[in-house]
Amino acid sequence: SLNGKYKVQRHGLFVLCTSGDSVKVYSTRTEEWLHSLQGHTNQVTGIALNPANHLQVYSCSADGTVKLWDFIDGILIKTFIIGYPLFAIYVSEKHEGIVFLHIGFQLVAVHLPKSAEQEVEAKELSAVSSHISPNPSCTAFGREGQYIAFARNLQLNVYFFRKQKTYSFSLKATDKKGAKNAFTCIACHPTDDCIATGHEDGKIRLWRNFIHKKEYTYSTQHWHHNAVNTLCFTPEGTNLLSGGIESVLVQWQYGTGNRKEFLPRLGGSILHVSASSDGQLFCTSHSDNKITVIESSFKVCGVIQGLVKDAVLTDLMIDPRSKALVLNGKPGHLQFYSLLRDKHLYNLDIVQQEYIYEAGLDQFEVVKAAFDIKGYWLATVEERGQKSSDLEFFLKLWSYDERTQSFVLNTTITAAHTDRIISMCFSSSEETTMLVTIAEDGQFKAWCQGVDADTQQDQNFWSCDFVGSYHNLKPTNCSFSADSSLLAVSFQEVITIWSPDTWELLTTLCQPPGVIRDLCFGRLSCSKYLISTTTRNLLCCWNLLTCALEWSTSVEVSKLQSDPLSENVAAFSYQSKHTDLFVFKPNEPRPLFTHKNVCSEKIHRAVFVPREEPLNNCDESSQWLNRSQLYFLTQNMLVIDDSVAVTPFYLLLGKHRQQQQKLNTPSHQAADRPQQPQGSVTITELLHTPAHVLPPASVLCSMFVSSLLISNTGEMESSEQEMNSEKEEEDSEGEMEACDSQQELRAQGSVDEVTPKLSKAQERELKRVRKTDFSWMAGLIDSKP
Amino acid sequence: MGEFKVHRVRFFDYMPSGIRALAFNQDTERMAVARMDGSVEVFHCSDRFFQEKIIPGREQCGIEGLSWVGERLFSAGLNGGITEYDLTNQKVKYTIDAYGGPIWTITGNQQGTHLAVGCEDGTVKLFEVNEDQIQFERNLDRQKSRIISLSWHPSGSKIAAGMMDMIQVFNVETGHSIHRMLADRGAGTSRSKECVVWSVVYLSDGTIITGDSVGMVKLWDDQTGTLIKSHNVTKCDVLALSVSQNEDSLVAGTSEGIVVQFQFVSMVLEKDDKEWVRTRTFRNHTHDIRAVAEITTAVVSGGMDAQLVVRPLLDKIEVRSAASALRKIHFPHRRLVSCARKSGLMLFQYPGHLELWRLGESEGKGTPGSSLFVKRNPEKLLQLKVKGEDHIRCSAVSPCGGWIVYSTASTLRLYRLHCDNNNISITKISKLPKVLSSANQLCFSSDSSHLFSASAQSSVHIASLSQSGCKFVGTLKPKSGSHQAIHLLAASEDGKWLASANSDHEVHIYNLQTQKAHCTVPVYSSAVTAMGIHPATNCLFMMHADQQMFEYSIEQKQYTDWSRTVQRKGLHRFWVERDTPCLNVMFNPQNPSHVILHDMYMLCIIDQSLPLPDDKTQFYNQLTLKSLTEEQRKSQSHAFKVCKTFKDILCVELMPDQSLVVVERPLEDIATQLPAPIKQKKFAT
Repeated sequence: SLNGKYKVQRHGLFVLCTSGDSVKVYSTRTEEWLHSLQGHTNQVTGIALNPANHLQVYSCSADGTVKLWDFIDGILIKTFIIGYPLFAIYVSEKHEGIVFLHIGFQLVAVHLPKSAEQEVEAKELSAVSSHISPNPSCTAFGREGQYIAFARNLQLNVYFFRKQKTYSFSLKATDKKGAKNAFTCIACHPTDDCIATGHEDGKIRLWRNFIHKKEYTYSTQHWHHNAVNTLCFTPEGTNLLSGGIESVLVQWQYGTGNRKEFLPRLGGSILHVSASSDGQLFCTSHSDNKITVIESSFKVCGVIQGLVKDAVLTDLMIDPRSKALVLNGKPGHLQFYSLLRDKHLYNLDIVQQEYIYEAGLDQFEVVKAAFDIKGYWLATVEERGQKSSDLEFFLKLWSYDERTQSFVLNTTITAAHTDRIISMCFSSSEETTMLVTIAEDGQFKAWCQGVDADTQQDQNFWSCDFVGSYHNLKPTNCSFSADSSLLAVSFQEVITIWSPDTWELLTTLCQPPGVIRDLCFGRLSCSKYLISTTTRNLLCCWNLLTCALEWSTSVEVSKLQSDPLSENVAAFSYQSKHTDLFVFKPNEPRPLFTHKNVCSEKIHRAVFVPREEPLNNCDESSQWLNRSQLYFLTQNMLVIDDSVAVTPFYLLLGKHRQQQQKLNTPSHQAADRPQQPQGSVTITELLHTPAHVLPPASVLCSMFVSSLLISNTGEMESSEQEMNSEKEEEDSEGEMEACDSQQELRAQGSVDEVTPKLSKAQERELKRVRKTDFSWMAGLIDSKP
Repeated sequence: MGEFKVHRVRFFDYMPSGIRALAFNQDTERMAVARMDGSVEVFHCSDRFFQEKIIPGREQCGIEGLSWVGERLFSAGLNGGITEYDLTNQKVKYTIDAYGGPIWTITGNQQGTHLAVGCEDGTVKLFEVNEDQIQFERNLDRQKSRIISLSWHPSGSKIAAGMMDMIQVFNVETGHSIHRMLADRGAGTSRSKECVVWSVVYLSDGTIITGDSVGMVKLWDDQTGTLIKSHNVTKCDVLALSVSQNEDSLVAGTSEGIVVQFQFVSMVLEKDDKEWVRTRTFRNHTHDIRAVAEITTAVVSGGMDAQLVVRPLLDKIEVRSAASALRKIHFPHRRLVSCARKSGLMLFQYPGHLELWRLGESEGKGTPGSSLFVKRNPEKLLQLKVKGEDHIRCSAVSPCGGWIVYSTASTLRLYRLHCDNNNISITKISKLPKVLSSANQLCFSSDSSHLFSASAQSSVHIASLSQSGCKFVGTLKPKSGSHQAIHLLAASEDGKWLASANSDHEVHIYNLQTQKAHCTVPVYSSAVTAMGIHPATNCLFMMHADQQMFEYSIEQKQYTDWSRTVQRKGLHRFWVERDTPCLNVMFNPQNPSHVILHDMYMLCIIDQSLPLPDDKTQFYNQLTLKSLTEEQRKSQSHAFKVCKTFKDILCVELMPDQSLVVVERPLEDIATQLPAPIKQKKFAT
């Protein structure tokens, strides 16, 4: 699950956090995800506990509604339609029936109408202030809701409700000592008239006497070296909590000046702090998608970790043992994330150095990682100094320790190559494990676990077995064939095929122009093929038996990924600002499956995740997903927005967000309809059920297909009833039918578009190739010793 | 502006003395400052903190406390004596011994009837303040340890005393101790060290506030004798406390050089439930702050780094102006350098000795801004040590370089200087006229034939100097007015006129030929900081502490037209906002319309022939003018030509050969000679 980064609201036993278009409820005791509050159609921007009923929570969303939930049972109580995108919500005990909302740059008080209906339109809006910071932590209610304090840039404003008067206090932008005084967050003391403000340069100011234009006063405290991200008073007002990029939670004793306590090394920078209503627990949310639960004695008692997706440099990998997704996690770590349970498993410390949370430092980061086929070995490359000229990198090999159920460091190779490592792969044979690395110094090296006479018998370290190069060209990629009998290394435009047993250069393959980008061997029945992609928009399939080009097609492929459990190869093609997905078998140039416009960004990382149990889906177009699911990661990682629950039908909702996203596409039909109308309750219901609660995708698919067809057979309906126990779909059914016929047409049309455009001659050639029977060749391979 | 050859003098190693105590008099708005060397200075708080009075110190006279009683100023020190000062004549009035060993603190009650001193032997001694003297009344209950700090309850019935490890509250009536409150020694390593209660403040509501060596500011209740609240201000010592007049603000000075403000604010707005809350922090000092005082609109602090810092409290100030800016006073507002213009000699005045230097000589001409080759190095000719314990009050060297005179509080000494090539000899003039026993200010006539000595009652004695010796000629007395001591004297070039200025802002002009008072310049509200008589026109040019300038024609006994124009048009905002007073007025004989002025940061030539700038014109226009053509320059230029090339100026003097002597004392050099401050951890070091 992906935890939200906006707001964490605490209630003794539960943590609530926004997560995409839902609010997730976690237990503080077990750190387990209990359920989600689903219903918003756009990003949830803020939550606030209902001051009148502590079992209820308000949430506001960019879809223009405020919803009231019973968060223990996960029931939507009421929906208030405001009609404008909302950015934050504030409530106060003293203002019953009123919520304060950010609409644009305005802070607006909204009277919630008391009506028994489920959906009410709230029309009574009154503006409190028209200039408000877009940062929701820059607004806070004061003691007993008598006033509201909000800051924007360098000005602090305090609005008194009874007097209807605003007091403003300004700070200078900078002073001689280089202070940066812009406000970053605000908190108000619960019983005293004291406003705490955080500033860009890390200062915390405590304002008092703010009903005087001149005799107001403040004290300044300074510990943070970067901006204070969040401030929070404990409910009794005895302490003030603050956090920032340092990832240190600081507790300031209120009223005694300098006395403070620290809780360091919490992970990513602290984005938000909140305290439970009884003051016993604190919660911090972090930039690395984490919530930490902290006791009032300043001890961490729980961590709720989501998928870390800050900066993914490694490929997406599957740990063959745990079947967990492996990628960059905490800085310097690899994270193991169970896709099945949607849960973070653990972090493996690769760099084994303290990470300093400060901007602008060049620190070691894991850039490459690879597993061998059994999951017994893990190879990692960590690097520092990419930007500067003095590059430092280490190649590390980790072996799996059965006893500790974890990876332990076996070998560290300090100067594996003279220049940075571009790629590496393990041989895929079961008997011997071999690692091949290619580097920018023009060499590829093979590493083996050798028995060193000097060291003890049971400790086998890795050493270099072979160094190869080809005309001093720079290698671009490497790959082992399925049985590890062949190693393909691409040097610029040339693919070289080596025999790992004798290190003999068997052959070279070349199809200019264009530098080889990706290489992959076919699997199973297609293992005689080698697929390569070039930078000049060429996808080639080589027959290794004839050493000739089997077929080629002109398509720009940004990522080629083969399924280890089937013959299928997935290619992501990025053209005219959207990515298309093709799935094909190497033995025929015609795609099995095409999905136009998967997303709008370039895709650089993808992985096939084996299913626990293979599906036996008979639908031809989705058969390729029977054994594994395809996950991919888009390139645009700059906008790390909120997160969206990974649901199988994510695309259906048509939310093409400018954010990093993960999805799997289980069915042809689903994939072909990115612009599904949003109104359907059934679909939404279906989509928001957690993935592990859903019935198998095969069932879903057929149900889904049937829902898109004109439903006139009773048989279909019965299958649906079986699916959705809640039986809400009856009324929505009719609504769906209306648009179905239209979509049907589109679906048919898309099939034709699939094949890449080929010239007449090529087409003829292809037809000829297709007609030729290659079965004899398969026989040959099989008969090979 | 003209070009000058400049002697940039940096061999005057003036070291200001650290500040030990401050006392503020609310009624007269005067701030008394006691320094480590025993000198006491009085600053006028509403007149731009002009240093009105300086009472030089003595050897071995460490002042520990200062206290105003009405308009009378008392001090007490480690020599065990209580001293009252004669502020009119700027000298010690009397000293009486308290017979209790070294005195650590002195404080007067608000009623002005009694002084209390805290002694090393553990006694608090009460002195009755009589009309002309103080008289010992009695001891309060004697304690075991020394009394470090004292504070009267505003009613005068109780006294809180800070001691080692504890605070005692005494009933003044009975002399018995009411409460004994133990100060905590603090945690960790300092537990074995005693906790010194450096400062105590007794508020009218019965709250006692203490600052101690553990770094705590503690609030106590005098009814129950219990601790109400404690604030940890610093890891080092809290050395000084001061509360504002209306008891809503408190400042604490620490040995880290920071001043922390506490304010008595209501925790819930518009309710009377008030608490002392730490608010602002001021970091203006590098060393220990030994004394703080909260005056009406500012916090004044002073310490080991010898600077007096006036930090305005913006919430108490009605209109922001130059008078309410942050002010740091480094140098005395008196001249410590006198110059024998005709012979190129400089006399530097140190507290305990005088130094006579001959200026160097340079070769050739250079382009403006370049430095010239020094042909002959400056040379220290003479060091003259003061006889006795008193420090020098004033000194002068005659323009011809033949006479040196100095005065302490008790004696005046005149020397004849013989200077043939490299042989320097000095002879003391033994038989001085009796009236020349002590002087507040000394001055020679321009032809070096007469010595003017300002003494008591605002009178000036004239003595004629000749090879045979010194002869009393007569005394100039003002017709009327105050008897305040004269702090400035100015003789005219033609030997006809003498002007004197005293600390009541009066300027008297005397005719030296008739030895009669000629006239009195109308009294201006601000003190005169520098004056000079124009050699050609005999107009008296006066600079005041509020940066106003006046030109008064002596012959016509009225302000000149130029002066009236200045007053009518007003001075430029930038000129008025400068925060150090002008210390010298000079005239350029080559260009009679030029008046040369200087303060600590700049040198200015006022060209009286050019138009005055108004607030819209660019004040510092030297660079702009440089880029313009001759024609445009005429229309752009105005009367004020400011040169900021030199910094931390102690004195500027114009020599007859059109060269300027600029005596600088860089503040960095002073800082390097200070003792090392408390080591503090700085972030990212």
